[in-house]
Amino acid sequence: MTGSLTGPLVEIRKVSHSFGRYKALDEVSLNVEPGSYTVLLGPSGSGKTTLLSTLGGFVHPTEGSVFIRGNDCTAVPPARRPTATVFQDYALFPHYSVGNNVGFGLRMRGVPRTKRIGRARDALAMVGLADAFNKMPHQLSGGQRQRVALARALVVEPAVLLLDEPLGALDLKLRRQMQDELKALQKRVGTAFIHVTHDQEEAMALADHCVVMNHGRIEDQGPPERVYSRPASRFSATFMGESTLLSGKVQNLGMDEISIETQVGPVSVEAAGEPGFDVSLAIRPEHIMLEPHGASVSLGEAKVTDVVFQGSFKRVSAVSIKNPEVTFIAKVRSNQPVGVGDLVELHAAPTDMVLLSH
Amino acid sequence: MRIAARILVSAYALAIYGFIFLPVVVLVLFSLQATSFPIPPFTGPSLRWYQAVLADQRLTSALFNSVLVALLSSLVAVALGFLAAWGFARYHLPRSWLLRGLITLPLTVSYLIIGMGILILFNAIGVPKSLIAAGIGHVVINLPLCFAIIYSQMGEHQVNIERAARDLGASEWKVLFLVSVPVLWPAIFASFFLSMTFSWDEFVIAFLLTRFDTTLPVEIWNMLRSGLNPRTNAVGSLVFGVSIVLALLLELVFLRRNRQ
Repeated sequence: MTGSLTGPLVEIRKVSHSFGRYKALDEVSLNVEPGSYTVLLGPSGSGKTTLLSTLGGFVHPTEGSVFIRGNDCTAVPPARRPTATVFQDYALFPHYSVGNNVGFGLRMRGVPRTKRIGRARDALAMVGLADAFNKMPHQLSGGQRQRVALARALVVEPAVLLLDEPLGALDLKLRRQMQDELKALQKRVGTAFIHVTHDQEEAMALADHCVVMNHGRIEDQGPPERVYSRPASRFSATFMGESTLLSGKVQNLGMDEISIETQVGPVSVEAAGEPGFDVSLAIRPEHIMLEPHGASVSLGEAKVTDVVFQGSFKRVSAVSIKNPEVTFIAKVRSNQPVGVGDLVELHAAPTDMVLLSH
Repeated sequence: MRIAARILVSAYALAIYGFIFLPVVVLVLFSLQATSFPIPPFTGPSLRWYQAVLADQRLTSALFNSVLVALLSSLVAVALGFLAAWGFARYHLPRSWLLRGLITLPLTVSYLIIGMGILILFNAIGVPKSLIAAGIGHVVINLPLCFAIIYSQMGEHQVNIERAARDLGASEWKVLFLVSVPVLWPAIFASFFLSMTFSWDEFVIAFLLTRFDTTLPVEIWNMLRSGLNPRTNAVGSLVFGVSIVLALLLELVFLRRNRQ
């Protein structure tokens, strides 16, 4: 392979793609570092699967280019790309044994039979299915098929492994289990993984680099901790975990802080901004409290409309008295006495509020 | 009341099956006749007429011709039908529904019209009557059937299987022969045997398009012109036997498929 050794492993430059009149991708740029686990997170129709398909070569973007290991791969067919895909429905060959499924890619590369069998066995052992070599795909459970699909894609030693909602067809318990295994597997083989999902918990658990997509654009990207604690847009504040959003206008400029006239009253936060600007404040549920604490400010009174007990905490929904358009979502200790219909005063620390421009 | 209904239903079923199968039973029975006329009383069983059939060179060569035409025309029909179905299922064509309709249209046209059409066309362009001409006719009638059967079995999930093969480095030919054909094997097999069955006992087109070398149904028709004879019963029974075997093979393929 030629190409630069220092640049990113995958570089997507201003890629746009349209299906007829529908714009599935709108000037998307993304870099993927070697050995990283990147998760593309977004609702259906956000373009995440189309983006993955442009990497796999199943979609040729109408504009922009895709570089893998420094080589322009924009128009290269899937067979000649250094990528391998794990499909959502696994797409195992039903007429081949598990061993022949895993060995297929090596067979296409002209690897001799005995060597092929050895490497297929190694790949199956790696995903914990050493004894499934002679079985047929229909004899396996969903989770096992998933592992075979992983082994089949990894055995050809791709530069990037593409996973299209790989856990979508599994039940919740198995999904969480496979999630841990995927992460461990990625650390072990060191291949860069790009994983598409609409499950934000999955994204937070797996990603080194989390890419939040909506309407064919990247809304936010970065380490999941950063995307969660300091979301860059209203969308990522509500899609990657819940948030209460307060919209308002910037009022006064202080030394390091600005005052914002929100739907529920004025709030001062440490930030820079220009007066008259429309902004939003996003507050995570765990940062909204029922009593004042340290430097917290009051968000006004609210009427509790819903309390859901979730084991370690209670999820409380409350409608602001001052502005009924605002619904606060708070996570409180499960032993906190609060019930539907209670009138409560809500508090949050300004440092826990994230200022978002529109 | 209930007993009366049951008797009535049984009688009705018996009448239907009798209506369908009695002629065949009579045909097979009198093919075993020992004397020269296939009429009661039954004088057999004897295999002398089967011996006569197998000793008759015209009949055995017609039998051979029929097998040849059925095999080759079915192979061509399945190959063309498969490729057409694959093209329609995998690529977006403008007016796809119209083109698909046009491919399946010959299913609704009578064999007589198709045979006459081919005859007139071949006459005009100077193609002589032959087994090849009859074979082409059989491709025309069987291709729509093969296309319809195979196309109906090409689901969306196979698209990803083919993609996976390409993703792992397979060329288009390898995708076709290592993945698409094996995955669709039951449908391909079924349409092949159905084509064989239809070609095997097709009369009108073969009659119109062959001259010296003919297929078995045409030869049987020739025999019938000189009157009834247990030989015709014997050869008819053979034809029926082969059809049954083909139908059973077809059934086996589908049954195996449904159990999976």
